[in-house]
Amino acid sequence: MNAGRLAKHSTLWLATLAALIPVYTMVSASLRTQKAFLDSPLGLPTSPTLHGYRAALSDSFPRWLANSMLLTVSSVVVTLVLATLAAWGLSRWEFRLRDTLLSAIVALMVVPPVVLVVPLFLLGVELDLINTFWLVIAIYVGLMLPFSIYLLTSYFRTLPVSLFEAAIVDGATSFGVFRRIALPLSAAPLITLAVVNVLWVWNELLIALVFLQSDDSRTLMAGLTAFQNRYNLDIPVVMAGLSLATLPIVGLYLIGQRWFLRGLVAGSVKGE
Amino acid sequence: MVRPVDATRAARRRKGAPRGRALEPLLWIAPALAAIAFVFGYALYRLVIEATHRDGVGVGLDNLRIVWSDPPFRTAIGHNLRLLVTLPVISGIALLLAVLLFEGLRGWKLHRVALFIPYLLPVPVVGVLFGQFLTLHGQLNSLLDALGLHALALDWLGNPDLALRSLAGVIIWKELGFGVILFLARLLSLSTDPYDAARVDGAGWWRLHWHISLPQLRSIIGFYFVIEGVTLFAWVFNYVYVMTRGGPGDATQVAETYIYDNATTANLPWLAASGAVVLLGGFIALAAVALLVRLALTRRGSAA
Repeated sequence: MNAGRLAKHSTLWLATLAALIPVYTMVSASLRTQKAFLDSPLGLPTSPTLHGYRAALSDSFPRWLANSMLLTVSSVVVTLVLATLAAWGLSRWEFRLRDTLLSAIVALMVVPPVVLVVPLFLLGVELDLINTFWLVIAIYVGLMLPFSIYLLTSYFRTLPVSLFEAAIVDGATSFGVFRRIALPLSAAPLITLAVVNVLWVWNELLIALVFLQSDDSRTLMAGLTAFQNRYNLDIPVVMAGLSLATLPIVGLYLIGQRWFLRGLVAGSVKGE
Repeated sequence: MVRPVDATRAARRRKGAPRGRALEPLLWIAPALAAIAFVFGYALYRLVIEATHRDGVGVGLDNLRIVWSDPPFRTAIGHNLRLLVTLPVISGIALLLAVLLFEGLRGWKLHRVALFIPYLLPVPVVGVLFGQFLTLHGQLNSLLDALGLHALALDWLGNPDLALRSLAGVIIWKELGFGVILFLARLLSLSTDPYDAARVDGAGWWRLHWHISLPQLRSIIGFYFVIEGVTLFAWVFNYVYVMTRGGPGDATQVAETYIYDNATTANLPWLAASGAVVLLGGFIALAAVALLVRLALTRRGSAA
């Protein structure tokens, strides 16, 4: 092996180790006892214990997990329905100010969520909606819509118009064209969009922290930060919680690697 | 023969984007528009109200002047800008790794999976993990001790001079994989002919990638720059809140945590709202600059 090849291989290995070591310590610590962890923080779980996982699961963890799932599923479903309808309206018909409207919606993607948090929090206090899911779902839907509408409108505009014409000749109604022709052709962008949005809601922290403050209404990501303080003397429990919170994402990744990567590239347009 | 003609005419009337009465498309768009109007429309309207009032009294632009000259706010914005310096670093490393993977060295597929793993972790998970990993007696320092590098075992997040840099390091750790995958996907889609030709001509590694890989990656690097720029300027809340809460002192305070703290613990909504207005303004300016740069680059790219 010459010097150049050696340098290349070492660079790659160095990067790989840097990427994996923190993740390794998370998983290995989650399987050990606090004492074993403190004795050698980097050690292998030679006598693995599920104590950390048991402690995490007997705490508020299942509740937070359920909250996160409820929020994720409901807000993503609502977003997909609203975005699909709107995108169809914005691509099927031509009307005055159509492109202006679309540009205005797309431009909203640059508004950072923290800007919206202050006024919406004040509203939430006034309407007594803090610690309820309604307001949070509405905010999530609103924040996901601009990108979702943008992606679906671009997709609908690539569908050949002749398809719709043919269906109308065959007597399809306006809604029939949408349901029977446009929707079945849109599985790919819809799945991609679902992946992007599920990831975003699942990982969202700021809005969850501000609007869901009671222990019962917390999401998993907000719960983790509370968890960190509650168990700062029992690192394995915290690490078990982190591993559990990551598991659904890894599962999603393994089920649909293809959609996942496509979704990441598409979703990156809207940031983290 | 009458019906097909009628049908064709009907079809032409509704062709492609039929000019239909403006009412029908609006029916489709209305539900989404209502949600957007609430979250963005109402919130931005209320934001302006809050930013121009104090205790119910209109004060014009006074609040904005106060927040603009508020030393903690300036510190926070300064930290955001310092975090932007991470951009060339992360892009450079991602580019190098993507090129190395592209060369198909032994085991490159395994390296690719490994490098992507950090990007899979949710940001709050990364934050809590590194909050522990980087403590004085955390895993990183025991690793450094084990390697005999005792002098390097520092208080990464507890030392005010280091905390922001450690934070940037964690962001690089997490976001790097995305750049690598993005650049690699682009490289793999390129034709190998220019590489073969250049090799025949005896071009070395640097020249090969400087003259062939880099120019073809220009637009995707621009894209990555924009994405990560947005992340570093207005989406770092998750990292900061979980790892340092802006501390020690104000060493890692950023615009988002400044707004969050004033809206919650400090209970000064007008100050938070004014900070948000300034952040939004800065962000729009940044987005405009990014757009102009992109336009200029594509124009130059198409001219070349």
